[in-house]
Parts: sequence; structure tokens; C-alpha cells
Amino acid sequence: MADMITPHIATKGLSRNFGGLIAVNAVDFEVPKGEIRAIIGPNGAGKSTFVGMLCGRIAPSSGEIMFAGQNITAMPAHRRIRLGMAYTFQITSIFARLTLKENVRLATSWRWNGDETAIQHATLAALEQVGLADRMNQIAGDLSYGHQRLLEIAMGISQHPQLLILDEPTQGLADSEIASFVKLIRDLGGDMTILLIEHNMNVVMDTADKITVLNLGSELATGTPQDIRANKAVQAAYLGETHA
Amino acid sequence: MSDSKKSVIFHLGFLGLLFLLQFLLPAYHHGNLARIMVLATYAMGYNILFGYTGLLSLGHAMFFAAGMYGMGLTMTHLGWTAGPAMVAGFLAGVLVSAGIGFLALRTSGVSFMIVTLMFAQAGFLTILYFGEWTRGDEGFVIQQADRVFAGIDLSDPTNRYLAALLLFGLCLMLTIRLMQSRFGHVLIAIRENEERTQMLGYHVHHHKWLAVIASGTMAAVAGAAYALLFGYAGATFASVQYSIFPLLWVLLGGAGTALGPFIGTLFMFYLIDLSSSLTTAYMLIAGVALVLLTLFLPQGLVGEWRRRVMPWLT
Repeated sequence: MADMITPHIATKGLSRNFGGLIAVNAVDFEVPKGEIRAIIGPNGAGKSTFVGMLCGRIAPSSGEIMFAGQNITAMPAHRRIRLGMAYTFQITSIFARLTLKENVRLATSWRWNGDETAIQHATLAALEQVGLADRMNQIAGDLSYGHQRLLEIAMGISQHPQLLILDEPTQGLADSEIASFVKLIRDLGGDMTILLIEHNMNVVMDTADKITVLNLGSELATGTPQDIRANKAVQAAYLGETHA
Repeated sequence: MSDSKKSVIFHLGFLGLLFLLQFLLPAYHHGNLARIMVLATYAMGYNILFGYTGLLSLGHAMFFAAGMYGMGLTMTHLGWTAGPAMVAGFLAGVLVSAGIGFLALRTSGVSFMIVTLMFAQAGFLTILYFGEWTRGDEGFVIQQADRVFAGIDLSDPTNRYLAALLLFGLCLMLTIRLMQSRFGHVLIAIRENEERTQMLGYHVHHHKWLAVIASGTMAAVAGAAYALLFGYAGATFASVQYSIFPLLWVLLGGAGTALGPFIGTLFMFYLIDLSSSLTTAYMLIAGVALVLLTLFLPQGLVGEWRRRVMPWLT
């Protein structure tokens, strides 16, 4: 299949320096369409910088980014989003003084060429998917932190993206919320490609088709959850230090 | 009834009230209110950028003056009649705001404030430099014979009041329409969280530029109308003071509310008017009142009213 040969999102030699610090160092990365890929690594491994370059928030120092067969290295962020990427921030970033409905509406309204019914439908569907539909008229800033994270995910999926990038989505969620999040991600996978930066290893093991481990800005290993669990270098760099 | 419909009806009702007031007010206040409506139109233009988009400009006098001189100079030196001269004022506003917006939006935050302030100063000095045509500080009078539009004498108080109301009403309803549109929602989103707005797929910079143009053009139209209705154009209107005024009016009345600019202008006008009839230290009274308002009604008069009573107001 062509999809297996052309990766959905890929990077070649992608690097980013901040002054003398090399945050991301020549990463070659490929994810086929429909895969759920977790990106893990110790703090400061360059995970957020890496996905920041994928979605256009951070300009690379060198290297290339390909998305759906197109070179998007120099494309501004808003055009990448319109091309079918969605991104949720590591630090919750919502419209705190607007209602949940307005938040999601802003995310999805450009997709439907002014078709009001479609906009309302997409807005409600996304809120239902994360379990916030009954709160849609509340002010977003009044929600608990965990619910704000879910709102951000709703904003992402309301865009029906081909590629969803989630930067530490379960940070601050309660255990029950994490369980429904895992289910949601599994449901979405297959339709869309998902990149998941995640510290909670249970979530990673339960959702990811494959895992890429970054360490000190470089790719340390990529493989199935079982491979990664068994990888000695990964254990030394990362898993050994936490309760995997 | 939907919130946006309620808001439209409320504001139309308010315009109706202003229409009726002309029959009740004594001549002095009647004249004041016409002036306030034109100045409030200027403040509404300012509000599009400051209140709804969240960009603080300290140079809007340049747009007000662009309209005023676009109108006044073509009338005085080219002999244009009121209609074409108003169009010239409008076009001057579009051009100046598009150009200044293009340059100033390369900065943001405090730099944006300073850059707009500097551009406005440059505009002010340009008016003084070309004193031969603009008559600089002294300004020039627009002859009563020229202040006629479609056979209507705009120097007549009744006509002037109606013209001011028409201008104010059109700009008010236009602002509401704009802010209820998808474009307006994106401007509000930029004010609330610029980075998130971009990462939802919106060209933030382009939206900001269009906001500067809408804002600057409305300010320019107010400037042109001011010169036409009150018969005078002068460099004072391009000075930094006239850049600060709309900021104050909007803050007092309520940034990001459609009616806030009018209420703020009205309040400030009468605050100074009344306190100066009591004492020569009227700026002290005005100052204290302003400090108290900002302390206790940080969202402005209409902003607070919206928060407490009418959450559906645009």
C-alpha cells in the first residue's frame, strides 16, 4: 500500500539549537498514516521542541519536515493546521473567558464553509466525545484543570484532523479521566495519526502502536511497546529511573 | 430570542432614544450631544482595535486627523463639495491605517504602543511642517457655505444632530454586526489568547491588520465628520492628547462593549463640563473620579452593566 511507503509525517535531520544548547539533534522520524505513536523521554529530552517544530510553533535550525507528502518546513503554523494538523499545548491554552461551546466553535468553524448546522454538530460531537457536553455553556476558565485539558482535546478533535499532536494530555487528570482518555485515543486511532507526548507509562503502553524514545535531543530507539520495554539503552536512560 | 438578536434590538432602541432626546434637550445640551456622538464614533473605531482585538494603540489621533484633513484639505484647496470630500477623508483613513498597520504590526505589546505613538507624532509634525496648506496649529475654518450635503445645511443644529446620529448609529450597528460575525469572533479570540488562535488555524497577523484598517477608517470617518459638522480643522486634533482621549473614553465606558465608547465619552465630557463650572481645579475632580472608576469598575460602566445585568450585550 502506498500509505505504508509514504509516511504521513516525517522528518529528516531535524535540529534545533537554542544558543549553544542543542535541544533537538538531527532526528529522522517517520510515522505511517493511522498509527498512534508515543514520544517519550526524560525531562529536557527535546520532546516538546520536536513536536513544536512539527506543528510550526518553533522554526527548525536545520532539517526538513514532510506532511502528507508535502514539504512543510517553511510553512506557517496556521496553514499547517488547515492542512489537517491539530495541536494541544503542554500548558493548557484555552480561551478562559469564553464558554466551552465558543472555545470549540472557534476551533472548528473554519472547516465547514460557513455551514452553521455542520459547525454546531461538530462542536457538540467533540464536547460529547470528551464528556463535557453538559457543561458547554459554562465559562472555560471556571472548569477544573483536568476538564480544561479535556476541553483542549475536544478543540483538537473537533477539527477532524488527519494528525493530532497531544503534548502531555493526561497531566493533571484524575485516574477515572485517564481511563476515558485512553479509550478515546484508541477510538480515534486508525482514523487519524496521533502523536502523543506522555509521561504516564501506563497510558503509553495502553495506547501506542509504537514508541519513539528521545534522549538529549537525539532519537534513542523506536519500536513496539514490548521492544522498548526490553531495550537496555532505554532502560538505562529512562525507564530504569521511573516506575514503568 | 437569540442573544445576538436581543443585543441588536437593545442598541436600536438606544438609537431611538437618542433620536427622541433632540426634542427634549435644551440648545446647549443638544449641541453637546451632537459633538459627543461624533467623538464617540471616533472612540468606537478605537474600541475595535483596543477593546475587541486587544491591541493598544497610542496613535489614533493620526487616523482621526487623516480623515479630518482628507476632508478639509480637498474641500479648501481643491474646491470639492461635502460628498466627495467625505469620501476623500474615508480613503485617507483606509490608506493611512493600511500603511501604518502594515509597519506597526511588525511589533507587539509595548513596542506597538511606542511605534504607533511615534508615527502619530510624525503625522502631527508633518501637519505643522506643511503649515502653508494646513495652517498648522491655528487650523482653518470650513466655510458655512461649504458645509452643505445634498442641499442640507449641516451647520444648522437640527441637521447637525441628525447627521451625527446617523453617523453614530451606522457605525454602532456596523460594529455590532462585525463583532457578531466570524471575523469578529476571531478578533476576540486573538485578544483572549493569540497563540492558541494561531494554533487553531487562523492567520493572526492578517486579522490584526484588517482590525487596524477597520479601526483606523472608522476613526478617520469620525474626524472627517467632525470637521464638516463643526466647521474647523486644526493640528490639535492630531496631537498626542487626541490619541489618549479615545483610550480614556473606552476604558471608562467599557472596552469591548459596543456602547461603552459612547457612555465613556458622554461621562467624561460632562464630568469636565460640570466640574469646571464648580472650580478652576476641575482637572483634580476629573482625575479623582477617573481613579475611583478604574479602581471600582475596572470593566468600565457598560462592561460592569453587562456583567451584572445583560450578559448578552455585544
